[in-house]
Amino acid sequence: MAKPEFTADIRAGRLDKADIDNNFSDLHPPLSRAEALIAADRCYFCYDAPCTTACPTGIDIPGFIQKIRSDNIRGSAQTILRENIMGGMCARVCPTEILCEDACVRHTHEDKPVDIGLLQRYATDPIFENNTKLFERAQRSGRRVAVVGAGPAGLSCAHRLAMLGHDVVIYNRNSKPGGLNEYGIAAYKTVDNFAQREVDYILSIGGIEVRNNVALGADVTLAELRDQYDAVFLGIGLGAVNDLGISGADIVGVENAIDYIAALRQAADKGTLPVARRVLVVGGGMTAIDVAVQSKRLGAEQVLIAYRRGPKEMGASEFEQQLAQTNNVSILHWMTPVAVSKQDGTISVALARTRLGSDGRLTITDDVQTLQVDMVFKAIGQKLVDDGLQGVALQGGRIVVDDNFATALGRVWAGGDCVVGGEDLTVSAVQHGKVAAIAIDRSLRSG
Amino acid sequence: MADLKSEFLGIRSPNPFWLASAPPTDKAYNVNRAFEAGWGGVVWKTLGEDPPIVNVNGPRYSALHSNERRVIGFNNIELITDRPLKTNLDEIRQIKRDWPDRAVVASVMLPMNEAVWKKIVPMIEDTGADAFELNFGCPHGMSERGMGAAVGQVPEYIQMATEWCKQAATVPVIVKLTPNVTNIVPPAKAAQAGGADAVSLINTINSIMRVDYDTLTMFPTTDGMGTHGGYCGEAVKPIALNMVAEIARNKDTRGLPISGIGGITDWRDAVDFLALGASNVQVCTAAMVYGFKIIDDLTDGLSMFLDDKGMRSVAELVGKAVPSVTDWQYLNLNHVSKAVIDQDLCIKCGRCHIVCEDTSHQAITHTVNGQRRFEVIDDECVGCNLCVSVCPVDNCITMQPMTDGIDARTGKAISRTKANWTTHPNNPMRKAD
Ligand SMILES: Cc1cc2nc3c(=O)[nH]c(=O)nc-3n(C[C@H](O)[C@H](O)[C@H](O)COP(=O)(O)OP(=O)(O)OC[C@H]3O[C@@H](n4cnc5c(N)ncnc54)[C@H](O)[C@@H]3O)c2cc1C
Ligand SMILES: Cc1cc2nc3c(=O)[nH]c(=O)nc-3n(C[C@H](O)[C@H](O)[C@H](O)COP(=O)(O)O)c2cc1C
Ligand code: SF4
Ligand code: SF4
Ligand code: SF4
Repeated sequence: MAKPEFTADIRAGRLDKADIDNNFSDLHPPLSRAEALIAADRCYFCYDAPCTTACPTGIDIPGFIQKIRSDNIRGSAQTILRENIMGGMCARVCPTEILCEDACVRHTHEDKPVDIGLLQRYATDPIFENNTKLFERAQRSGRRVAVVGAGPAGLSCAHRLAMLGHDVVIYNRNSKPGGLNEYGIAAYKTVDNFAQREVDYILSIGGIEVRNNVALGADVTLAELRDQYDAVFLGIGLGAVNDLGISGADIVGVENAIDYIAALRQAADKGTLPVARRVLVVGGGMTAIDVAVQSKRLGAEQVLIAYRRGPKEMGASEFEQQLAQTNNVSILHWMTPVAVSKQDGTISVALARTRLGSDGRLTITDDVQTLQVDMVFKAIGQKLVDDGLQGVALQGGRIVVDDNFATALGRVWAGGDCVVGGEDLTVSAVQHGKVAAIAIDRSLRSG
Repeated sequence: MADLKSEFLGIRSPNPFWLASAPPTDKAYNVNRAFEAGWGGVVWKTLGEDPPIVNVNGPRYSALHSNERRVIGFNNIELITDRPLKTNLDEIRQIKRDWPDRAVVASVMLPMNEAVWKKIVPMIEDTGADAFELNFGCPHGMSERGMGAAVGQVPEYIQMATEWCKQAATVPVIVKLTPNVTNIVPPAKAAQAGGADAVSLINTINSIMRVDYDTLTMFPTTDGMGTHGGYCGEAVKPIALNMVAEIARNKDTRGLPISGIGGITDWRDAVDFLALGASNVQVCTAAMVYGFKIIDDLTDGLSMFLDDKGMRSVAELVGKAVPSVTDWQYLNLNHVSKAVIDQDLCIKCGRCHIVCEDTSHQAITHTVNGQRRFEVIDDECVGCNLCVSVCPVDNCITMQPMTDGIDARTGKAISRTKANWTTHPNNPMRKAD
């Protein structure tokens, strides 16, 4: 048998420390005051501003930008954080190009929106740096609420409940709070341990206790929580990963993208993380782009993304797709893996060309080519782990909620990625948590 | 290309742009650089009696900035020249010799003492300076000593000092007016009565820039104390234009040559002054903010504009807009304009709606058939021009005159006959038709 051309090449330390540090520094460096004033001056202070409508948390964008113009930074930050307590993280991770900035009227005027995300960061950074207190708790209500999950949805809900005077205990499966802010978001979007600094700020309002390493299902049941608390909020995200559903998908070297990303985020020294020379990523969302770009920035030589549909159908925004391209990641559209095998460490992936059938459904053709790589990342979406959700109605593998994020089960609310209509966006999870908290407050005060 | 050559009171200069009496014209070094850059003339930094005045040794200037730190308005507490008279006179003589084709005007400020004028004016004229400009405008410091604006605010003093200067001088005398008066016409008339050949305006306007938000003192200060200064730069142009137009259209002062000053920054500002009756213009702040190079845009911008208008010289432009300036009472009250929004240009910012809704006449929609859409409601629009003023898109909203039909707001038919307040039925003092 002929020797394979390549043998598996997965190792740490492909780049030196300086290159790694550079590759994982801020993707969008913060604005200086001079830059911020110029950027702020571009805002027209629109009436019933389209950008605000487009922001899932409804931040008064012209309002906060106006305050930047007058050097009222604390007031500006308060305007932001009042609607979105994770305004700091959102300023870094929101795909603004499909949200507020897409709606900005200056986009219509001159194809260059106001830099809303960067301005939002400019206004909020000093608050986290100086731990400036902006919110007070209302008079204690004596009511207690259990929040399950310390991701954006859970933390947002907890903060609003604490503000409204209730006491909150958060049960969190991970060993650190923050959810995907801590374990998922690309490293160069949230440098300098910002996720934990933001969590610390949120918790500093008081009245919130976090119990890490406690999982609903395994360590505590929903029935117990409903017994012990006046209300329960579920913000458990999507804990499991979709399967490729093809032969060979379970071999070593075919990995979950989010596990790798989590390891990357938690690594004290990114240079110690093994990375493959040739990487294939399967998927078309933000996770696919993130794992591809980060592999490249760790020193992978060749990184390809295979996506079974075209650029327009990708979950990753145009900006994210460009980010992949500028990082020398190639995206193969209309390609899907049909078989994976491994020999002498090298993984062979059979990629079949796909096309849309006349019925509009995706068909896999016989046009198959084989690609040899050292590692394959699965990034084809996450799914809900429904352990411990007895009594909560699900639909399509997600929790069913009403407009106020109440589930079908009495005194139980839910929000974030785990609910039907969850948008896989930090900002949406924050909004769900906030709206649910307001609904919980209303229900606690009327009941 | 239109000819920018200028002749003001017989003084020739290659273009109508002079540097106003101020730091840019303080000494030979600056003036040489200005002429090298292409300026048509200078009014030398105001000369006074020896011993020279002294300036503060701290901040003399402060600015009103836009967020991009563009200087919109400028304030100063500088006095007249702080150099000995002889030094200035020697330099003026040399400059005039080196630059015979440029205008060199000597600005002077002297006490209200005839003997002093009679002594110093001939000394200055001896340098070969083309004219005098009498600084009756400086609103700070000098005015406390009975000079500058302290003279300019009392028409009798203006007339007296102008007469003294005219008696002692053989070259033309320009009187520079202060805007720190309620009506600019009496000072202009006084200058005319004193024999002035021209007036120049405006000098700076009394002003305090702001307070210091840390110390809660006025800003800036000289060791903790401050004083009002003189305001100039772009922000003062509208005030200056009104004063120029008032003099140009007054039946007594009409025809008195005017040198226009105040906020001129680009060629369009010069067009404003010239069309409203100035025969040439002077610039200070813009040069202090950007340097002498702005003369390039001033000259070729003006020249191209004249070409576009089919005018061959600056003189053809002078005073063109004066006939369009009148008193409120003569405005045609039968005229009706309505705002019209070009939906193709509209970017849907909603500013026209909110300002009309909150502060004007509730005449712009925000939603039409469930869509975000801004349309003028003719039934309510009074044609005030607020929306046009705030719309960020050039020409997106325009005021369109109605020539016939019914004004939807008043229900009255549009009339082509003119009718103004003097004959309006609501006017208790109306004249019979
Ligand atoms: C790789 C990647 C990159 C992303 N990049 C972006 C981006 O750039 N911009 C953006 O807007 N969005 C991005 N997202 C999406 C965004 O991170 C999520 O939409 C958001 O974090 C959802 O918040 P959540 O609170 O619903 O869930 P999560 O963030 O998933 O948090 C869930 C929390 O619940 C806990 N938990 C789970 N199960 C249990 C249980 N049984 N008991 C107790 N606790 C439990 C977990 O420990 C975790 O703390 C990205 C997602 C991924 C995976
Ligand atoms: C710093 C400074 C000093 C000035 N000094 C004089 C002066 O000595 N004599 C004078 O007649 N006007 C003086 N002026 C007024 C200017 O000549 C000019 O009339 C005024 O600034 C308005 O024009 P501008 O808006 O182009 O600056 C001074 C202005 C400034 C800014
Ligand atoms: S749409 Fe753009 S210009 Fe208008 S308020 Fe929002 S950011 Fe400002
Ligand atoms: S012109 Fe005045 S009244 Fe008419 S729409 Fe504009 S702002 Fe309103
Ligand atoms: S101000 Fe101008 S651009 Fe903005 S909505 Fe009105 S017409 Fe449109």
